[in-house]
Amino acid sequence: MKTRSTNYISLEFLSRSANEAFARGAVACFAAQLDPTLEELGDIKTAVSEAVTNAIVHAYPDALGRIALRARVLEGDVLEITVRDWGRGIADVEQARQPLYTTGGEERSGMGFTIMESFMDKLSVRSAQGKGTRVTMRRRIQPRRPLK
Amino acid sequence: MEMKYKTENRQLTISLAGELDHHAAKDLMESIDRCMEQNLPVKTLLDLGGLSFMDSSGIAVVLRAKRRMEALSGTLVVVNIPHQAARVLETAGLNRYVDLI
Repeated sequence: MKTRSTNYISLEFLSRSANEAFARGAVACFAAQLDPTLEELGDIKTAVSEAVTNAIVHAYPDALGRIALRARVLEGDVLEITVRDWGRGIADVEQARQPLYTTGGEERSGMGFTIMESFMDKLSVRSAQGKGTRVTMRRRIQPRRPLK
Repeated sequence: MEMKYKTENRQLTISLAGELDHHAAKDLMESIDRCMEQNLPVKTLLDLGGLSFMDSSGIAVVLRAKRRMEALSGTLVVVNIPHQAARVLETAGLNRYVDLI
């Protein structure tokens, strides 16, 4: 997935749930330069919220830890978002990606990965137990026709 | 995240406003549980019209509210669903289990 980026942001924050809104808000502000529709922006915010919540709930279940979020604009109006943690890792990524599968509490539905897959064009998940997880998502923003 | 409710003839209307994410979900679930236990409704309308954002935590909130209403032998209807929240609920296929209007 080597593609040249024309712009990026890089953020790091603590795995507190109060930072979920900050993370999706920051990516939405960054994505605004691609002039997305409200629907595209809603999809991106939702996918970021799911990825960051997964890191908060599953990577660091018993402690606070570090989460890194990077967003890049790639050639061709593509937004790429990477959410990385250094937590527990996922034992079986394929199983974790199944709809309704969750090891979280009652406030989790097991639909996080399904929503990330549905709302973004590409999703890749790399994880190693005890080392952490890296979720990378891409979404092409459709260019809008100028008003005549 | 704000929650308001009103009750009339054992019909409970719970209105949500703000952003519904994992950060807000646990407290919200407990508030909805308490509200239902106090009012013992036969029908609950969950009004999402004031939500500016909802992620998959909202799915868990809706499913729990539905289970609570079933335990009371009542029904749950979700109304005034904003577009972004509707996309989340539809992706989860929730329309097969819950009345979404």
